[in-house]
Amino acid sequence: MRLDNLTFKGGIHVKDQKEFTKDKSVEKAIEPSIVKIPLHQHVGAPCKALVKKGDTVKVGQKIGDSEATLTVPVHSSISGEVIGIEKLYTPDGYKVDCVVIESDGLNEVDESVKPKGKLESLTGEEILAISREAGIAGLGGAAFPLHSKFTTSLEAGIDTIILNGSECEPYLTSDHRVMLESPEKVIYGLEVMMKYFGLNSGYIAVEDNKNDAIASLKESLKGNDSIHVASLITKFPQGESYRLVDAVIGRKVPQGGRTKDVKSFVTNVCTSAALAEAILDGKPLYERVVTVTGNGLKEPKNLMVKIGTSIGDLIAQCGGFKGTPGKIIAGGPMTGFTQFTLDTPITKGVTGIIVLTEEEAAPVKTSPCIKCGKCVEACPAYLLPLTISAYSLKDMYDEAESYNALACIECGSCSYICPAKRPLTESIAHAKREITAQRKKS
Amino acid sequence: MDKVELDKALTMSLAPHIRSSDSTKKLMLDVIIAMVPALIGSVYFYGISALILILVSIASAVGSEILIKKLFKKDILIGDLSAVVTGILIAFNLPANAPWWIAVFGSFFAIVVVKEFFGGIGSNFMNPALAARAALVASWPSIMATYVNTDGITSATPLALIKGGSGVDALPSLSRMFIGDIGGSLGETSALLLLIGGAYLLIRKVIDWKIPVIYIGTTAIVLLILGVNTDLLVYHILGGGLILGAFFMATDYTTSPITTKGKIIFAIGCGLLTALIRVKGGMPEGVSYSILLMNIMTPIIERFTKPKVFGEVK
Ligand code: SF4
Ligand code: SF4
Repeated sequence: MRLDNLTFKGGIHVKDQKEFTKDKSVEKAIEPSIVKIPLHQHVGAPCKALVKKGDTVKVGQKIGDSEATLTVPVHSSISGEVIGIEKLYTPDGYKVDCVVIESDGLNEVDESVKPKGKLESLTGEEILAISREAGIAGLGGAAFPLHSKFTTSLEAGIDTIILNGSECEPYLTSDHRVMLESPEKVIYGLEVMMKYFGLNSGYIAVEDNKNDAIASLKESLKGNDSIHVASLITKFPQGESYRLVDAVIGRKVPQGGRTKDVKSFVTNVCTSAALAEAILDGKPLYERVVTVTGNGLKEPKNLMVKIGTSIGDLIAQCGGFKGTPGKIIAGGPMTGFTQFTLDTPITKGVTGIIVLTEEEAAPVKTSPCIKCGKCVEACPAYLLPLTISAYSLKDMYDEAESYNALACIECGSCSYICPAKRPLTESIAHAKREITAQRKKS
Repeated sequence: MDKVELDKALTMSLAPHIRSSDSTKKLMLDVIIAMVPALIGSVYFYGISALILILVSIASAVGSEILIKKLFKKDILIGDLSAVVTGILIAFNLPANAPWWIAVFGSFFAIVVVKEFFGGIGSNFMNPALAARAALVASWPSIMATYVNTDGITSATPLALIKGGSGVDALPSLSRMFIGDIGGSLGETSALLLLIGGAYLLIRKVIDWKIPVIYIGTTAIVLLILGVNTDLLVYHILGGGLILGAFFMATDYTTSPITTKGKIIFAIGCGLLTALIRVKGGMPEGVSYSILLMNIMTPIIERFTKPKVFGEVK
């Protein structure tokens, strides 16, 4: 089987903007004096607080959980005192309860944080429980509870595991650095998954703009023939899981389906490393690598950040703003969310904080569609963005649906490439919401 | 930076937050650049009168657009350079000795009637330059059919000679055909210079290879099937405006299908019609009518060639 120059049809070539941070080792972020930890930072049910004002907490102590099946607990990232529960916006724009903790500066680790034993002796059930209790949710941005994906994928009888190290969004280098600096953790996590699914092989797929990471993984895999590193042509949105499965094993997820429907399981490389830490050290997911970058910052960095640290703390640590900032984005520039305050806390799904300058953020002037077809060529879902968008802008949602608006993955490629600067992704996403709302009503 | 100031500075918007540096203007500028070799060639072959015709044509296309936008009280978009492209294409489709007012009328018709009445850039259903040419041919048939040779003497175009039954010996040499030293419309004669421009458009990814290549290929194949002599085939490909039409007019974004399959069908249709008109029809050239007919078919072709969605369940 071929394992290099893999790719998919459609997509766009974007200036990758990774030079800011790709050669910078991960630094520990300055210890926050206060963290505000959202009780809902994953897909699924929100957690209920397990602590109250005045309680003292330790690093890694569970501070929120829920009885729902689709959820993961949250943990304290520092030791200190709970000073209240506050409602704040998360980076993806939801207003949720946050546990506010003031640090005692000691970073005392909770007793529950201890190695979970040898992988050989762990059962599938135990792996599931460890993953859940460690609060692991997809670190690639989606923050989907890992153990839930484990269960449904096991039922579907998957035969292929692919770790996603494409990191196709411009600017971001957190996956890159983790693969380069801790390849053994990424690999160990994959071995845990292989054990859970009873499979004897797995893939780690990486875009070819990170050849040093590919080399580092291959070096660590010397003598191991069960794990294969696949190299992908650098193209956005290669890291989207359906395009990834298509590129690596040539299976297309059916419309409306999930990766498990083509017997594959995809998760991010950092999620894999987090799973490894949960077993090896018993460490819950209370910190992650965040790329803090962009032309609007003095000194871009890759930082190991404690969940609940404010965006402002990270920006200060990167030398502060360079000039007037125009936009602050949580996540990548193609699919991320703009921020309006520096108080917003970092959550499990935040891969990066990007500060664009005023000029970079200046609004673009829209002109009429010239039917150049560039959006059609770029669409990785093979849609006609110009047509769906035109219907959406006229509130004709049934027509938009008949052109398969719901198959849009909101990757942003069409809007990016459009010479007339039309708000294609934006209007198609709007049509999707209207169509889904309509379906719910009827 | 304090809070209040930051509030004012930060833009909130939906993803994506970055855009390519492409623009309609840049694309049109590329088309103009691609036409420059043929433009210079036309001045070289037919003299300063060709240049005057081109300039008059551009000026009246741009002027017409400003006028109509003012009248309709709409945003003036001449900065997108699309009127300049239309102006040059209209001039390219005129005989070099055509009077200046023909260019004015043609440009006005193209911009006002064909483009703006239907909603402006992106909304017209026929190629403005070609529709204008058709209108001119219908209104002033003799002016539009009188071609001068490069030495200034009125003569029939090579394809008109073929239509009249001439054999290869009566035709200009192939090298002259290729360079463009023959009678014909101002910008259509030099295969060489047009191909240079076409290659530029392909390299710059302004156009896709499918329409021009399939169009020319289909024309050649159908001509052969219809019994055209292989000696004459090269004349058919180099002459009669086929290269200009295939690279610069059939590829017009707005009036050709957006889908890949649609582009292929469109190009085959253009080729088929061109060959049929040349062999069975009354006209020697047929490129403009073929493209116009396929322009009209474009919405229907698009409807039947909707792409299959990723992972479509059969
Ligand atoms: S890319 Fe923009 S201008 Fe081109 S067809 Fe799509 S919407 Fe129209
Ligand atoms: S239509 Fe949707 S899936 Fe297609 S390019 Fe645009 S945002 Fe991406």
